[in-house]
Amino acid sequence: MTQQGVRWTADQVLALAPDSTSRKAGSKLGTADPWSGTGSSREGAVWGLCEGSGGTPYRTVVDTADGTGPAYTCSCPSRKFPCKHALGLLLLWSGGEGATPAERAPDWAEQWIAGRRRAQEKREAGATGSGSGSADPEGARRRAERRAERITAGATELEERLADLLRSGLATAEQSGYALWEETAARMVDAQAPGLASRVRELGAVPGSGPDWPVRLLEECALLHLLDQGWLHRERLPDALAATVRARVGLPTSPTGPPVRDHWLVLAQYDTPDPKLTTRRIWLYGTASGRTALLLSYGAAGRAPELTLPVGLALDAELSGHPGAGQQRVSLGEQFAPPVLTGTRPPGMTTTEATARYGETLRHDPWQDSVPVTLDNVIPTPDGDFWQLADAEGDTALPLTLAAVSRPGLWRLVALSGGAPVRVFGECGHRGFTPLTAWPTGPGEAVRLC
Amino acid sequence: MNATPTPPRSPLPAWEDLVTTALLGTDRRTPPGATPGRAAPAALLDAAAAETVRRRAGLRPGRAAPLPAPTAEDPRPALPVAAARRLAFLLADRPGTGAGGRRGTAPDLMELLPQWLTAVNARGFAAPAESLPALLDAARGRTDLRPAALEFAGPRALWLARLNPDWRFALRATPGGGTSLPGPAETERAETLWREGLFAERVALLASIRFRDPDAARELLAASWSTERAEDRLMFLDSLRTGLGPRDEPFLEQALTDRSRNVRATAAELLSALPGSALAARMAVRAGACVAVDHTLDTPTLLVEAPHECDAAMERDGVSAKAPPGRGERSWWFGQLVEAAPLATWPARLGGRTPEQIVALPVADDWLGELHAAWCRAAVRQRDADWSRALLGVPSAPGAGGPGAVSLAERAKLLGTLPVAERAEWVAGFIAAHGLSEAFQLLGVCPVPWATPLGRSVVDALNIARDAGSYPWSFSGVMGLAERCLDPGEATRLDALLAVPDEPEDASPGAGGYWAEAFQRLGRTLRLRAVMTQELGTPSPHRPASTSPSGV
Repeated sequence: MTQQGVRWTADQVLALAPDSTSRKAGSKLGTADPWSGTGSSREGAVWGLCEGSGGTPYRTVVDTADGTGPAYTCSCPSRKFPCKHALGLLLLWSGGEGATPAERAPDWAEQWIAGRRRAQEKREAGATGSGSGSADPEGARRRAERRAERITAGATELEERLADLLRSGLATAEQSGYALWEETAARMVDAQAPGLASRVRELGAVPGSGPDWPVRLLEECALLHLLDQGWLHRERLPDALAATVRARVGLPTSPTGPPVRDHWLVLAQYDTPDPKLTTRRIWLYGTASGRTALLLSYGAAGRAPELTLPVGLALDAELSGHPGAGQQRVSLGEQFAPPVLTGTRPPGMTTTEATARYGETLRHDPWQDSVPVTLDNVIPTPDGDFWQLADAEGDTALPLTLAAVSRPGLWRLVALSGGAPVRVFGECGHRGFTPLTAWPTGPGEAVRLC
Repeated sequence: MNATPTPPRSPLPAWEDLVTTALLGTDRRTPPGATPGRAAPAALLDAAAAETVRRRAGLRPGRAAPLPAPTAEDPRPALPVAAARRLAFLLADRPGTGAGGRRGTAPDLMELLPQWLTAVNARGFAAPAESLPALLDAARGRTDLRPAALEFAGPRALWLARLNPDWRFALRATPGGGTSLPGPAETERAETLWREGLFAERVALLASIRFRDPDAARELLAASWSTERAEDRLMFLDSLRTGLGPRDEPFLEQALTDRSRNVRATAAELLSALPGSALAARMAVRAGACVAVDHTLDTPTLLVEAPHECDAAMERDGVSAKAPPGRGERSWWFGQLVEAAPLATWPARLGGRTPEQIVALPVADDWLGELHAAWCRAAVRQRDADWSRALLGVPSAPGAGGPGAVSLAERAKLLGTLPVAERAEWVAGFIAAHGLSEAFQLLGVCPVPWATPLGRSVVDALNIARDAGSYPWSFSGVMGLAERCLDPGEATRLDALLAVPDEPEDASPGAGGYWAEAFQRLGRTLRLRAVMTQELGTPSPHRPASTSPSGV
């Protein structure tokens, strides 16, 4: 694998920016001009001195070798992470060999790089050494029991509230408004059931969500009831379904599945920002196993989640699945090489196969809103105020979700297609299809839609 | 949501029943198959959960709407990878996303987009499909970008614009963009569209035919002329500016008798731009009668005798009889006559003198301003370089920098009729003599990149302004122009200006630092422009690089 192969595209670099201001500031620094002493190593470190407003130039180093995403250091005072200098440096590096010649790192950069490598080795050694469980298995068991009791109390209370609502009728939910649900959600947080809490919070938004809201509210109440009942009777469930229920209620899971080594294509990466926590979802596809997997990474307010895998890369790595039937969540294990750019595309299916895939998944996890699928040979087609992806051969189509229709990515997809069939990766569920990445029918790179 | 995939047909009306019961509440209505009382809500939720999962699991794709017709093929080659990446940068740098205030030392990427588009169009590349939405959004916000952006965006952008109302402007801006216009062979379709089309479609049709075949367009217009509304006639007549020629004269002459005054005035204006037209000849006679050389004085002097009335024939030839407030009627009529008369009238009328000699003649009784201003308008309208040169005079003349007989706006227009090299040379001379404060308008008509002497005179003048101790933002307009228009090869000449100089006592506080910052940005922008040009490769020999000023 050559250094050139690892080099990212500007789009991939800009995807690292924590916000649009940083993206803009970073792209301005992506020219050779403010930089001096730039260079890069075969192992994937990049460094340079960037002129700032002060007298001393900032020292910026980025290590791209780590599969959990690049690591940054910069002597600038910015609290953004990565800062604009790191972004600018990566852009410069993405531009080609000329701007960051391969050479020995200067001392100030080398110290940081070496320190990082040492820490990484220590971490890896620690991870294998720790084995299973903590030092105090008895204490851990007692803590888990106490938590389960609290969740049971929460689920029981929630059942009461749902019963009250159904007794007086959903029509009253429109008047009682958001506050009722907020209060209930807070009770579920107290009960240490964050999964229940977030579902309850979403219920509050349903009455304001347009026509047919009673249908959606009944569906969501019913599924919440199903989850409560699942928790309350979890001993009687098959193991896999019980694990799904535990994960849906909000108990933390850790990877239990055997590590699967594969060449994983990065199909999509997108963030769901929340005032307190940004959730980053990264969809991967194993070229040998044919498995689609989801990596999650979180960032506290103002910080981008640490894990970054831009679309269009492939990584040779081991992933371990989390428990729960029909769940795609995995954790990243050992990586055998830095990520490389790839032209490989995931295989696609028809719209009919996609809905069947979704239906199949519900057998294992009835709470699943959508499944990741790649549609092949579909044409983005306007349908009144809505859009759909229509099979180029045949007369069936999947509607795009309302959220997808209001995003700028829709128009990139339409432009890419130009009325011709394209391949689209996205999430397919009962609300419709949310496109995340697309490939033209002819040659061409993956185009991000999210 | 009416767009969800079609749920399977339910064998029982269970779901609707469940929803109705849920809405009313189990206190009022017992769910189907349950016993009333405390357990009823749970029974309802159980049934609804089963039904919800069943409905979701049974989802099938819906029926496809009619597929969109595919976009026309774009035969142009794809952009080089580096240039495609550059485009993404340029488009990501949208106005209003920055911190605002001081500009700092970083190049203003959005300002470089117009120039980049000109360069990319000169090389005939096609835009990457996924960049089209951002490109259209940028062109939507900036009308000056539209022609170049739409040329680059190509047929796929028009295809997109038909699907997104936000981009309708693209259809208006492109002749024939709204509908597929009939081609040259489709006479029948063209006639139908001309008879039955919407106004905008008809304007677009006329413009596209005029571009291809001026006579056919005029004939089409003449055939329906008498039945068109006055405002429409005005717009249609305006389309004749494209490819205006002597063969349009009879039609225009007829339009001089139009019911609408605006139509008459436009017809007269078009005719006066045809120096061989009968109207031009009539105006030559009228204007000639007003100006004569007086040989009785020591130096020959021009005498002006403005018309005493605006008769019906003059009005018919487009002279507006009513002067605007504050202007004398006679000088108002006189100005219009001279403006519309062919410039070739004057050497013959004024003793065989050249334009230079005529412009140099003294003018009696304060008529100089009126006369020269009218000649300027005539030189611009008739695109006469000899007269423009004479009226511009020497750039170093003392009057050139201040309020002379010819204003800066007029000078800029006169410069536009000169060959591009001569324009740059004249403006360089002007800046060397008068500095930068009046040069902005004149620089705007010079081709990009600036010719070497012009670029050097601008940098020298900026340097002088800095030494004089003023702040750079007094020159921010010229500085911005220089970033976009200076030849990137000049970047090295700026190196000497990058240091913060010692502050002289009488200088404005801190000015030296701001100047260094401004010159740094200038240098960076020039280097960036050089890189951007490299990324595009050399222009294709089939398409000459555009010489029109851009980025201004």
